[in-house]
Amino acid sequence: MSILIKNGRVIDPANKIDDILDILIEGNKIAQVAKNIKIAAKNVIDAQNKIIAPGIIDMHVHLREPGREDNETVATATAAAASGGVTTVLAMPNTNPAMDTAQNVELLKGIIKQSAKINVLICGTITKNRFGQELSDFGALKKSGVIALSDDGASVDNDVLMLEALEKAQSLNLLTICHAEDKVLAAKGVMNLGFNSTRLGLRGISNASEFERVARDITLAGKTKAALHIAHVSCRQSVLAIAQAKQQGWRVTCETAPHYFALSDDNLLGYDTNMKMNPPLRSKIDVAAIKQGLKDGVIDVIASDHAPHTEHEKDIEFERAQFGVIGLETELAVSITELIASGLLSWKRVIELLSLNPARVLGLDKGSLSVGKIADLIVISPEDQWRVEKNKIISKSKNCAFLGKNLVGRVDYTICDGKIVYQK
Amino acid sequence: MAWNKKDLLGLEYLTAEEINLILDTAESFKEVSSREIKKVPALRGKTAVNLFYEPSTRTRVSFEVAAKRLSADVINIATETSSVRKGETLIDTGRNIQALKADIIIMRHNCSGAANMLARALDISVVNAGDGWHEHPTQALLDIFTLKEKLGKIEGLNITIVGDIAHSRVARSNIWGLTKLGAKVTVCAPEILLPLEIEKTGVKCASNIDEALKNADAVNVLRMQFERDLGAAFPEQLEYYKKYGITEERLAKAKKNIIVMHPGPINRGIEMSSEVADGANSVILEQVTNGIAVRMAVLFLVSQAKEIKA
Repeated sequence: MSILIKNGRVIDPANKIDDILDILIEGNKIAQVAKNIKIAAKNVIDAQNKIIAPGIIDMHVHLREPGREDNETVATATAAAASGGVTTVLAMPNTNPAMDTAQNVELLKGIIKQSAKINVLICGTITKNRFGQELSDFGALKKSGVIALSDDGASVDNDVLMLEALEKAQSLNLLTICHAEDKVLAAKGVMNLGFNSTRLGLRGISNASEFERVARDITLAGKTKAALHIAHVSCRQSVLAIAQAKQQGWRVTCETAPHYFALSDDNLLGYDTNMKMNPPLRSKIDVAAIKQGLKDGVIDVIASDHAPHTEHEKDIEFERAQFGVIGLETELAVSITELIASGLLSWKRVIELLSLNPARVLGLDKGSLSVGKIADLIVISPEDQWRVEKNKIISKSKNCAFLGKNLVGRVDYTICDGKIVYQK
Repeated sequence: MAWNKKDLLGLEYLTAEEINLILDTAESFKEVSSREIKKVPALRGKTAVNLFYEPSTRTRVSFEVAAKRLSADVINIATETSSVRKGETLIDTGRNIQALKADIIIMRHNCSGAANMLARALDISVVNAGDGWHEHPTQALLDIFTLKEKLGKIEGLNITIVGDIAHSRVARSNIWGLTKLGAKVTVCAPEILLPLEIEKTGVKCASNIDEALKNADAVNVLRMQFERDLGAAFPEQLEYYKKYGITEERLAKAKKNIIVMHPGPINRGIEMSSEVADGANSVILEQVTNGIAVRMAVLFLVSQAKEIKA
């Protein structure tokens, strides 16, 4: 099986390539990247006026399987991912059962083997059941194939336990991902604390509930020299704290999600529960700081925090609705629309944020289009306009914050492991 | 001007003209309640449903009386005995009421935004009778109606609202309504009970009640909701009365004809003394009477709305 992609604008930040080139895929590997490849291939894709880039590596995805197959399954999430240009996801461990033992990881690996359409990597829990009481067996988790640790959805409140976790993770060379939230400071809030929460009469979540926990975890990372990744950064003070940690030379990286740079708490004024996520959509000042962080390099990664919920968990009173939105199918287009079309960032930078940098953070041999690498890549129509419509969403859940929005940039082909897994 | 909204969700969403239209309509309906036969046929053949998820006597009865004086049929749904107890969602309950061919749902709900959500899901009218901490538009309308009746106008008046502003839908609706009509509003509460950035609505904040009363033409005294679990930061009752309670001594230092209002039910000896509640400055029972006229106006206008649902 061979695929020849002709005349596309190849953007490959790892190799500093931005040029009109052909790419030949043989088997599951990239065989050639050159001008005018004159080799007959079984499958020829005309990529004129299109962009060819390494596939998106989304390091923050809730697959919901095992346990909440009514929300999403590995099959539906990975199909949705493929259509959004995503070739690798990191599955968050807050499933039922949680990914806190090798046995549970084996269970998920079996499901992945049977039904995943793209690469699925597994994140294990920091603590047993994510209760924040007792550490999971990191060694056993690593042996079963887990590449990172997180209690995502919860933070480890106990400072001593978190310190111990980082020390152990460091000794095993495992990345720790921090869901930065102080529940006490979050005060049962359901949206950002500010004038809009005052207007809507809803309990607010302060920026401090996030950045104080970011500050604590950064301090612990500095102490232990462990690799720490801060998930879903939403507010300006977190960006500042992470910038300072990086200046210290500590091994701290971070991600934000498309909704934190594309939307603000003004979007909640109609009580739309598809605008309800945790951390919450912040003020316009925070949105500007997130964009600046993406531009100047403080923020390393864009990840979706894809969090599917059924309609009956969302289409209810705002304060009772679940937190979270889906994002696999829109993250690329929202990034193009908000960051590239607006003139804020270059294509190269956005591809770094979506592919090369998450590969580096996770220590994966991915995110580039070098000859000899596994062929995970996408072909994009950069100026194709489309509207996000509920009935076209592939994910099992439809809780998308961008419903009805017009976006620019669309995936034509997603190739994973040398195979076309999505074609428009 | 013509009314074109199928719902009344809050005063934040109305223009000054729309608020004045409700007030003018209420004025013409007020006379109905003083007739021997207290009924007009304006809503004959229409059905209004009272859907109350929170206990309420005053507001529910006021809406019921208003609807009946307009000749509407009124159905009261007590959520404690309905299928809500069986886990039915709000939208399903609303759709079922709509399927019964009711024309208006009057809803009280403990979640902010519940009325907005229901209104979006239904074609029939939704009137917000109080949603969480968000809005209680008909209460503010009757407060404003009473003020206008007493003082002849709203523009330029100094109005002080005292009490738990942070958790009060009455405060929010009053703030939107009064500021839109040109009143100067001061909110007075312990710091902890002032919501963040409330001054962005155009109000002034005061922590000293005597200062806040000094130039006030009227004071609207909110109910302290000690029955809600609001945590340890909530002031102790007697402490609150000492610092913020409206007493005759305090009123003696204010304008002589200052109007004292309260949305009820009153906590005597917490928000105000009995002497003030029953005194010459108090219009508390007139507010209740005016509530009927205002709610008649609202029910009439939303049922006439020509708005086509987007």
